[in-house]
Amino acid sequence: MSYVVEMLNIRKEFPGIVANDNITLTLKKGEIHALLGENGAGKSTLMGVLFGMYQPEKGIIKIREKEVKITSPNVANQLGIGMVHQHFKLVENFTVTENIILGSEPLKGMVLDIDKAAKRIAELSKHYGLNVDPHSKIEDISVGMQQRVEIMKMLYREAEVLIFDEPTAVLTPHEIEELMKIMRNLINEGKSIIIITHKLKEIKAVADRCTVIRRGKGIGTVNVKETSTAQMAEMMVGREVNFKVDKKASTPGEVVLQIDSLSVKNNRKVLGLKNFSVEVKRGEIFGIAGVEGNGQSEIVEAITGLRKVESGKILLNGKEITNIPIRKRIESGIGHIPEDRHRRGLVLDYTLENNMVLEVYNKPPFAKAGLLNGSAIKNYAKSILENFDVRSGEGGASIARTLSGGNQQKAIIGREMELDPDLLIAVQPTRGLDVGSIEYIHKRLIEHRDKGKAVLLVSLELDEVLQLSDRIAIVNNGELIGTVIASETNENEVGLMMAGVSKERSV
Amino acid sequence: MRNTIVSLISIVLGLIAGGLLMLFIGASPIEGYTYLFQGALKNISRIGDTLATATPLIFSGLAVAFAFRTGLFNIGASGQMLIGGLAATAVALTFDLSRPILLIVMVLAGIIGGGLWAFIPGLFKAKFNVHEVVSTIMMNWIAYWTVYYVVPGYFKGEFLETESRKLAEETTLRTPWLTELFQGSYINLGLFFGVIAVIIMAFIINKTTLGFELKAVGFNRHAAEYAGMKVNRNIILSMLISGALAGLGGVALYTGNASSMQIGILPSQGYDGIAVALLGANSPVGVFFAALLFGILYSGTGFMNAMIEIPPELANTIIAIIIYFAATSVLIHRVLNKFRKTRSNSNDVDGPVGKKGEA
Ligand SMILES: Nc1ncnc2c1ncn2[C@@H]1O[C@H](COP(=O)(O)OP(=O)(O)OP(=O)(O)O)[C@@H](O)[C@H]1O
Ligand SMILES: [Mg+2]
Repeated sequence: MSYVVEMLNIRKEFPGIVANDNITLTLKKGEIHALLGENGAGKSTLMGVLFGMYQPEKGIIKIREKEVKITSPNVANQLGIGMVHQHFKLVENFTVTENIILGSEPLKGMVLDIDKAAKRIAELSKHYGLNVDPHSKIEDISVGMQQRVEIMKMLYREAEVLIFDEPTAVLTPHEIEELMKIMRNLINEGKSIIIITHKLKEIKAVADRCTVIRRGKGIGTVNVKETSTAQMAEMMVGREVNFKVDKKASTPGEVVLQIDSLSVKNNRKVLGLKNFSVEVKRGEIFGIAGVEGNGQSEIVEAITGLRKVESGKILLNGKEITNIPIRKRIESGIGHIPEDRHRRGLVLDYTLENNMVLEVYNKPPFAKAGLLNGSAIKNYAKSILENFDVRSGEGGASIARTLSGGNQQKAIIGREMELDPDLLIAVQPTRGLDVGSIEYIHKRLIEHRDKGKAVLLVSLELDEVLQLSDRIAIVNNGELIGTVIASETNENEVGLMMAGVSKERSV
Repeated sequence: MRNTIVSLISIVLGLIAGGLLMLFIGASPIEGYTYLFQGALKNISRIGDTLATATPLIFSGLAVAFAFRTGLFNIGASGQMLIGGLAATAVALTFDLSRPILLIVMVLAGIIGGGLWAFIPGLFKAKFNVHEVVSTIMMNWIAYWTVYYVVPGYFKGEFLETESRKLAEETTLRTPWLTELFQGSYINLGLFFGVIAVIIMAFIINKTTLGFELKAVGFNRHAAEYAGMKVNRNIILSMLISGALAGLGGVALYTGNASSMQIGILPSQGYDGIAVALLGANSPVGVFFAALLFGILYSGTGFMNAMIEIPPELANTIIAIIIYFAATSVLIHRVLNKFRKTRSNSNDVDGPVGKKGEA
């Protein structure tokens, strides 16, 4: 069997850190190869090297057995390598076709031949079962669809080697299944795939081989069929990982958050949340389950003040907060791990230190009389970063943008937990985290609960909601379908309710 | 550090290109540049004039840079300077106050005038999401016509319809001791205000909670909103401060360097502020030195033109070329990276550092 890609003894350094240290990865023709490693292990960097975004200090890359120098993504394209990035790179107000041809526009004489391109895209879409409409605008289509546009971009450019960097992190469970199907189709058409993912289940489902790296070093490559998920996890973090969440029964106290017949409009200016009422108590983790886009964002944004409330009331510790400014809400005890870490969670061009005080920079000891106290900020940030094991090249002085995705997430979680809020709203808190970090974050969330605080958990991963929560509210189409006790329910029941089938036994 | 190197390289490349142009029109570049720098720096009085030429540019550069650091593009420095200058001139021509008090009131009037002129686009941006580029340009023309109307209407000069009355010497920013020190140059207190403004802006941007907020809003307004910062208030405040800086520049220009206002002219210094900010990489100190350089080029060009057959437009051309290089600094970053790599073998084409400077 011949190799389409051989990356041999690759070394790549960044200021203060060796991101790839002597890593070897080989890709056979027609295989799906998983790349597994902790947050910050160097996976994205390694793929960046293959895609020509970074130049390695040492090592050899061979494509179809010929040694090459991949000096830019253009060169990578010419060599038949395509990549779907962790964060998509699409122009929002362009159509699908326009996005796909960007950079290699087909010409008819002097003018753009959009129609020809659109036709070809439609053909490709049918051939690979992608189902993308060449004429819709990016801003109007779902995240899953946008990802397919990225895939289409690679196919349009006739890529043979497809790299996916954490493609499933932003997808709903259903979209993930679809993606797996598409990937198998692609293999049948003779493509080869490298996929980065933290979800071992997915590796088991699609991958043939798996290469594991840890802290920049290659640990080994295994055949997925012959390796259990536990073994893979252990290779990756260097110890046994506990997939079960250990927690005592909850001892709920008084009500922290009370939502009373809340109605909120969504982005399309129609009611995305209708007459929604729940109560969240001290000492409990309250989960919200639902298919994406069924009102979860509206709930969270209404509580945090990012979205206007149409009618209804929100009370925190008995005081109404329905219309007070965001800062007041934070001060009265709301912490928020946002869904989109790049859009809301971080100022990417700020240092980590500054990001760690994003909500408290104006309070003593970080500021006095309007003047910042650099050393207080530094020390505060340092303790958060140590506590949550946030790894970066230059510690607190690193620019947030240079951190690996998972480490950015850990930094945000650390910042919000450090505020010690009465109500912690955690939206997809473990998105993009490795199994070891997930274990740790789950532990911390439960500790937060056991301290007598409330946690509102919103997650698309049913497993996570079921394991962590004490009570679960299920939403469908902006309405509360029902509330169940986690220990008395199961995946099937919740799944049915997510589909809108309501149920008598509510608590 | 890296930005400084890029700016310096841009300047050198611009000067080389200017030299080539001189060659092209048949003059000697060595001679040309000798006269250019002599014209700007030959004696103490010329140095004074050069500093005075640079002063309004310090302000307009700071104005643009400040707005830019907070994510806003203030193209309206010209109009803000006009209104600032008009307000100060009006004060000087109307009130009969003792000199120190009068100067303070003039400066305040300039700050308020310029600030107000930028406050309006800020408000429009915050309330109606009107892009500040469009509204500040419109405000430029409103300022232009305001001066056109107000000056002949209320402050008409003795002989000329198109100019305001001349300010009495003791109602301008010029002071005898400075004029004497610089042997008759028109250098004035504006320069000191400029230096103070540089220091204050550096302080605000780097050391205060206000600067922390303004920058956060500029980099990512969604995250700023999430963290409880008042995004709209910050946009308005940032425009206000930016406009106040430009307005003060207008005071320096019209009641320091000049002593009357002409109608029908938008001060080019306002637009030059964009170039100054770009070359100074939006840092206050960088802006200061970039303004000095522009001052040298502008004030030396007349002498060069008098001594040798090189048209004065050459200064503008050189500035344009320098800006061109500074604006395409990505290229210079790349070359620098290559250079560093061959030496230390540890960098990439588009590494992390490359991303910071591309403002
Ligand atoms: N452009 C950069 N500048 C400086 N350091 C960087 C840069 N890119 C990555 N790093 C550092 O290199 C290390 C590896 O990062 P990388 O993004 O490859 O991790 P990863 O394995 O993809 O992690 P994750 O699972 O969290 O996405 C991290 O410590 C990160 O801080
Ligand atoms: Mg990554």
